Amino acid sequence: MSTTTTGWPGLSRPAGSVTLTRTSGIGLGLTMTWFSLLVLIPLAAVIVTATEGGWTNFWSAITNEQTSRAIVLTLLAATAVTVVNVFMGTAIAWVLVRDRFWGRSALDVLIDIPFALPTIVAGLVLLSLYGNDSPLGINVANTSWSVYLAFLFVTLPFIVRMVQPVLESLDLDIEEAAASLGASRFTTFRRIILPSLAPAIAAGATLSFARGVGEYGSLVLLSGNLPFESEVASVRILGAIENDNPAAAASVATLLLVVSLLVIVALDVIQRRVARRD
Amino acid sequence: MSIEIQGVGKRFGDFVALENIDLSIPTGQLTALLGPSGGGKSTLLRIIAGLENADEGTVEIEGVNATQLPPQKRNVGFVFQHYAAFKHMTVAKNVAFGLEIRKRPKHEIKAKVAELLELVHLSQFADRLPSQLSGGQRQRMALARALAIEPSVLLLDEPFGALDAKVRKELRDWLRRLHDEVHVTTVFVTHDQEEALEVSDSIVVINEGRIEQIGSPDDLYDRPANEFVLSFLGPVTQLGDRSIRPHDIAVSPIEISSAVEGRITRWTRVGFEVRLEVTPTDPRFEDRVLVSLTRAEASGLGVGEGSLVWLRPMDGALTLV
Repeated sequence: MSTTTTGWPGLSRPAGSVTLTRTSGIGLGLTMTWFSLLVLIPLAAVIVTATEGGWTNFWSAITNEQTSRAIVLTLLAATAVTVVNVFMGTAIAWVLVRDRFWGRSALDVLIDIPFALPTIVAGLVLLSLYGNDSPLGINVANTSWSVYLAFLFVTLPFIVRMVQPVLESLDLDIEEAAASLGASRFTTFRRIILPSLAPAIAAGATLSFARGVGEYGSLVLLSGNLPFESEVASVRILGAIENDNPAAAASVATLLLVVSLLVIVALDVIQRRVARRD
Repeated sequence: MSIEIQGVGKRFGDFVALENIDLSIPTGQLTALLGPSGGGKSTLLRIIAGLENADEGTVEIEGVNATQLPPQKRNVGFVFQHYAAFKHMTVAKNVAFGLEIRKRPKHEIKAKVAELLELVHLSQFADRLPSQLSGGQRQRMALARALAIEPSVLLLDEPFGALDAKVRKELRDWLRRLHDEVHVTTVFVTHDQEEALEVSDSIVVINEGRIEQIGSPDDLYDRPANEFVLSFLGPVTQLGDRSIRPHDIAVSPIEISSAVEGRITRWTRVGFEVRLEVTPTDPRFEDRVLVSLTRAEASGLGVGEGSLVWLRPMDGALTLV
């Protein structure tokens, strides 16, 4: 080496004197305006509405027995479904990338159906399969299982589609190197492959959880929206609006917002741990 | 013998990658598998490592029949052309991987890693990630990682193929010195004849799934078994009806007996070397003869482009009909 290291490339720029060129200035301005209009301002409005009545109103809105049961069911189902997806999604992505079998490309296309299907159509499909007249003899209508089922259906593609391209880009010689160093297939997966997949799995899990928390269309038909049994948070929000109680609706929305944010942060922390475990 | 290969064959669909290979690789030597791309040399190396299974034949490593053993059980070190670095691990962790798999005590691993990083001159980079290293450094890291498990054989698959010419040359010299230090039986695959001639104790020339010749670099260069080996190991030209190396041709400005007469049609100087293109006067010899001289020899002749010269093989020069 003829030169000594001069530090990390990103830090070579003197701090505090960042100037933007004309184009990047316009780009940043456009991005922030767009983001504010579509995301920040509406979110702020929801939080303002929720807190208008003060802490007591917010607290009583979300601790209302029926509402809190709906929130707990939603979060529980979204969490459970996300955990299932972490395993199943990764497994499906693995099969699609690594295995060669008849009908693989067809399956690859079909994975996207839960994305492409309008949610109410998904709801109809689920109702006709698992409702009162189930041809399979499985009737979960009007039970909390219907919520889990609907979440599973609509969130299936997220982790698959996140993990798939990363898995495709992994070099096989890295696994061969691990094997020749004595690592079993399981060890190779845990110590070599998994850390590379972790960011993709985490991103997919975030999407899956968020989708679950906000899901409405695919479950309303099958779940029957029975209070204390199969009613979810989004249905409660709709109910509050219909009863002319926007503050209660906004309170529930704010809680879901905060929980989703916490989950995003938590998943990111876990992902970093796994990716840099060694 | 460290590696004993008998009757090994391998097919990929209709393509015959290897056919009935018998090969003994002696202990402690540096052996090159040399041949053109797609000739089967990498496949043979991968079969020795267990990364590929032979369709037929047996592979013995250090007296143990390894034919059915998975790569994990063969105790071979393998170095890949594109480094195959574990990207999320530091250099030290990469090197420690094989030892951690073998559940060695922590202090032992630490000492061994430090020793190996010293050996490959990467001590000050122990805590870097592979992405922060140059190609040559990454390949040295891969080598340290393979050596960490104290392999019975070290296998290198075109180890310098992805590096630029200068680094390649440096690493080549360095590999030779390293081998003189650690003495592990080493087999490396290359398509670069200069690399093979310079580094190895013995060379196995492989072409179209078959072994063409086995021997020391001198043997192969001076006594090639056939036209293919002659042409693959160095430049070849046609003098009359014979194949000969361009530097084995004597040039005379005056007529001599039993020589090929011709006119110099091109005179190129490349550094210390002068390359001549001589067009034979005899129309039976269509091909131009390439002659390579040192600068001193060329200027001593007192000829230039357009001069008439007489060419004949030097005394003791190798020619093939």
